[in-house]
Amino acid sequence: MTESAKTSSSRVAPGMTAGGVASFLRSQTIFVLILLLVAFVLGIEIARPGTVNRTWLTNMVLFAAPLGIMAGGQTLVMLTGGIDLSVASVATAAAYLMATHSVLGGVTAVVWGMGVGLSVGLINGVGIALLRVQPLVMTLGTGLMTEGMLVVYSQKMMAEGPHVPPFIEALGSGKYLGVIPNDLVLWAPVTIAIIFVLRRTGYGRLLYAIGDNQEACHLSGIRVWRVLLVNYIVCGLLAAAAGLVIVGAVDAADLSLADVYLLPSVAAVIIGGTSIFGGRGGYSGTIVGALILTVLNSILTLLDAPEPIRQILYGAIILLLASAYTRLTD
Amino acid sequence: MSEPSLLLDARNVGKRFGSVVALRAAALQVRPGEVHGLMGSNGAGKSTLVKIITGVFPADSGEIAVKGSVRSFRSPAEARGAGIVSVYQDPALVPDLTVAQNMRLAGARIDAVRKWLAELGVESLDFSALVRDLPYPTLRLIDLARALASEPAVLLLDEITASLPADLSERIYAIVRHWRNRGNAVIFISHRMAEVSDLCDRATVLRDGVTVGVTERAHGSEERIVSLMLGADTAAAVASASSTPVARQTARDAEPALEVRGLRRAPLLNDVSFKLYPGEVLGVAALEGQGQEELFDCIAGSRRYDSGAIFAHGEELTLRHPADAIRAGVVLVPANRLLALMQQRSIRENIALPAFGGMGSWGLIGMRAERQRVESAVARLQIDTRAASELRRLSGGNQQKVVIARWLANGFNTLLCFDPTRGIDIGTKRQIYALVRELAAAGSAVLLFTSELPEIQLACDRAIVLFGGRVVAEMPVSEADEATLLRAAHGLPQMRAAS
Amino acid sequence: MTAPAEDESSVTSARAAPENAPFAAQIGRTIRRNPSLFGMPALLAASLALTVAIHPEFSDFDLQSLAMGAMPLAFAAAAQTAVVISGGIDLSIGSAMAVANVLAASTMEGRSFGESLVLAVLVLIAGAAIGALNGLIVVLSRVPDVVATLTSGFIWGGVALLILEKPGGGAPPEFLDLGAGTFITTWLPNALILLVIAVAAIWIPLRRSKLGLQIYAIGSDRVAAFRSGVNVERTRFASYIFSGLFSAIGGLGLTMTTGIGAPLAGVYYTLSGLAAVVVGGVSLAGGRGGMAGPVIAAFVLTLIPTDLIFLNIDPNFGQVIQGTLIVVIVMIGGFVAMARARK
Repeated sequence: MTESAKTSSSRVAPGMTAGGVASFLRSQTIFVLILLLVAFVLGIEIARPGTVNRTWLTNMVLFAAPLGIMAGGQTLVMLTGGIDLSVASVATAAAYLMATHSVLGGVTAVVWGMGVGLSVGLINGVGIALLRVQPLVMTLGTGLMTEGMLVVYSQKMMAEGPHVPPFIEALGSGKYLGVIPNDLVLWAPVTIAIIFVLRRTGYGRLLYAIGDNQEACHLSGIRVWRVLLVNYIVCGLLAAAAGLVIVGAVDAADLSLADVYLLPSVAAVIIGGTSIFGGRGGYSGTIVGALILTVLNSILTLLDAPEPIRQILYGAIILLLASAYTRLTD
Repeated sequence: MSEPSLLLDARNVGKRFGSVVALRAAALQVRPGEVHGLMGSNGAGKSTLVKIITGVFPADSGEIAVKGSVRSFRSPAEARGAGIVSVYQDPALVPDLTVAQNMRLAGARIDAVRKWLAELGVESLDFSALVRDLPYPTLRLIDLARALASEPAVLLLDEITASLPADLSERIYAIVRHWRNRGNAVIFISHRMAEVSDLCDRATVLRDGVTVGVTERAHGSEERIVSLMLGADTAAAVASASSTPVARQTARDAEPALEVRGLRRAPLLNDVSFKLYPGEVLGVAALEGQGQEELFDCIAGSRRYDSGAIFAHGEELTLRHPADAIRAGVVLVPANRLLALMQQRSIRENIALPAFGGMGSWGLIGMRAERQRVESAVARLQIDTRAASELRRLSGGNQQKVVIARWLANGFNTLLCFDPTRGIDIGTKRQIYALVRELAAAGSAVLLFTSELPEIQLACDRAIVLFGGRVVAEMPVSEADEATLLRAAHGLPQMRAAS
Repeated sequence: MTAPAEDESSVTSARAAPENAPFAAQIGRTIRRNPSLFGMPALLAASLALTVAIHPEFSDFDLQSLAMGAMPLAFAAAAQTAVVISGGIDLSIGSAMAVANVLAASTMEGRSFGESLVLAVLVLIAGAAIGALNGLIVVLSRVPDVVATLTSGFIWGGVALLILEKPGGGAPPEFLDLGAGTFITTWLPNALILLVIAVAAIWIPLRRSKLGLQIYAIGSDRVAAFRSGVNVERTRFASYIFSGLFSAIGGLGLTMTTGIGAPLAGVYYTLSGLAAVVVGGVSLAGGRGGMAGPVIAAFVLTLIPTDLIFLNIDPNFGQVIQGTLIVVIVMIGGFVAMARARK
């Protein structure tokens, strides 16, 4: 038996075996996700003919945008193997702070809102990047802290109530020419920026590298803390931006405004193909994941079932999707 | 026809993962009363076969018979029940529990374990000590003692003597022979040819998922094993490649590429000083635990030292981070390549990694330039890039080449190689040493530590010996035979040759 | 590398310590191995001292309020500890508590004491079942436990809302008394007794058993545990059952101390329970620690809003302080770990 080493190529079995299909899916998961999305949409149309019209479709994008923006920051963080559980509190606090400062003018108000994202992101970054605290615990703490501070602050602000400026309202719920959601003005550049950064820039490469093996990065001369610090700040800023869009849609600065966005922000990333351990994934999957979740929400609303049942179904379907995805790609 | 006296009879074993075929027609037949070596390059399917035999996962095809009856194990516990026990390189001991608790966890009888530990030379061990507080070699011995306490018919030892001091290895050899003499079988896996030819009665060689031959202990069996592992053509090519040392004169008045002066790092390094010149390969020899790993890490900037100075091309370095060393052209190939490689990323990303050290590199990547750099490094090292999309699909040898390729692509003056051929198959080992010599010939300086002393003469121009935290000997490669190095490594004064 | 025969490696001469080490040495070793065993009670004593200093009229009634407030949190911490030690995490504890709470309050309303006790047992079984389902989800779905339990918590929250849409329900006064009263002396609230008995009765046998050893093992080193013959998946599954059980007791405790069932009551307890685990010195990496630290930490954390009330500061600051406390503690911990590793 004199086989040279090179013939090990024949050990890779050709053809459409189950393994072959699985590995194709693994590398082209975005197609599966889009198929799934289309399936959901068709499902609605079949169940309730006439639902899927132009208004509904644009509404889907409109409502998915803030989730997509928040999940964008979550994607960046999860690529490095971390997680940010403070995004919901940051979004709510940013919205509230913006609203209570709206008397000072639109721009100032937005600056105040984004400032929340910057500060909390900075604290998260210092703890996680510099002091090596686990991201789960750190962001849990800052989330609690932010929520608590917001409650105290809101009581101080009882006198001058929060007010949502009109341009935010337009951003969050308006549509250009009745067709294009205004918040796409924010989401589209965010999408382009994130995808570009992840694919074509050194920073993006580093996110994947750090998520895969921090020690390897360190040994290759990379100062990991710098990247992580910036990353958590960016995530905080994106969460704040998402909050501004949400409050525009809801038009009332509530203290639990963005609570319902925490789970979906993580779920969209997971369903979209990014591993929670870091090192692989991307934002395009997250976008489809966000759309899927938004459509799912719409399906459940249309079902006219009571709120608790909807909640249960939502969670169960997310579990199924995440599980199917994890099994497919392992 | 299965010989009824075979303790283990594995035939035609096949296993595939997705579209990759790990085993095609592997066979392993182990008789009672023998030490049976299992040989094969990285990627030959050895570890897959081992996992099937020990019950980690089942085979796709083929038959495995234990003591004559066909079995298919669904868990390591089942395999253990049938008398097949394995001991791996990483001790299967839970760090946060005590030794006694670990024994209880595995259902091992403490008195039996104690008895075997005594045979291995560990007279009294505090069983209520936490595993994490015990030294690593002790853990290996406990693991082995535990395996022996279950009286296995087939004991499988995977790289059991790797990174163990020599006296412990000797005790293990003695126990292996003792166990064999009681009528049991030992399957012995090792990359150290000397060990294998010394210990094993027979050896099965795997290549590309197929058993290509079984050798008996005889004169010349070593070469036969190597040629079976590599395949006849490659073996001939590798053998004919020059393996004699090329001692060259390096201009000594040239400035050293690297100079270490009085390096001190408690508790292992006391006063290390040496010079490394451009164009030479300087070998470092030392016994286990003499601080060689700390030394390399300090020079590479990933560990702090207490006092001393390190100079690169005459300029003193302040090393606070590997980036400082890399900037000065000093780069490290660490022993444990898992530390240095990103398993989920592509070969290209792994090779291009150091380019992103500074914040200036956070922007747009120059894709074309990067591709050229990476491809030329890949070509130079002959890395098998078929599994280019994910690094973890590469064999150990190819992975090690990727680590070296990274520095080739990034540029360096001084290459620090720490045990680069640990756990690598013979063919790749020789390629790596040839490369090291090439790099030196092209002007780089190489500091090379290897735990296998005979290899110093294969690759190096000079050698220094580390003992007691100091450099106790320095010699040209012509004098650096194994015996001389060993004497110095034990702190014995050098004998001047009679002539 | 062969060495001359006279070379004796350090391996065999080390660790020759006999089993019967002197008593003092054994105590010293216990302290070194379980720092939280001595640190946490000290912290609690300090916090209590501070409280009494702020409010010298600290009465037995105040002690009861403290015990009643801390008890559910302590059970949440116990539930989280059981899972964290196995190397996992459970973000659905609060929701499981809420389910137990509303289940109890909705079924026990208007019943006799005897019936309520039977119902309590059924609730405990339900809690274990929730834990088992969580375990199945985590093990079978292969989804990392953070995401899996975050999602299952969402589902259990929905279940709680299904059982009781708005706060309400009740339980017989004798049952409530089990948690809210004082049977022995007014300085020893029932809540405290219930907590200690429940935790000890479940945890101590578990810790001594082989299953307990397996739980610690997989938390410490999953691969080594697997190679030692531990069925990792079954053990993980078991740890979640205990989490569900403790959550159910916590939910019953909520019923006793609040008198009603509230479907949204759990939200606070998931995160705060985890906080108590962290503050209580149990490593999130798993394999180490015990119940004492987190349970005591629950009391320390509950003292914070109490102190604020005594100081006439807005109790809403309580959450701020708790969150900030977690952040500061973990940052200091991280800093200390880094400083030590720098050597």
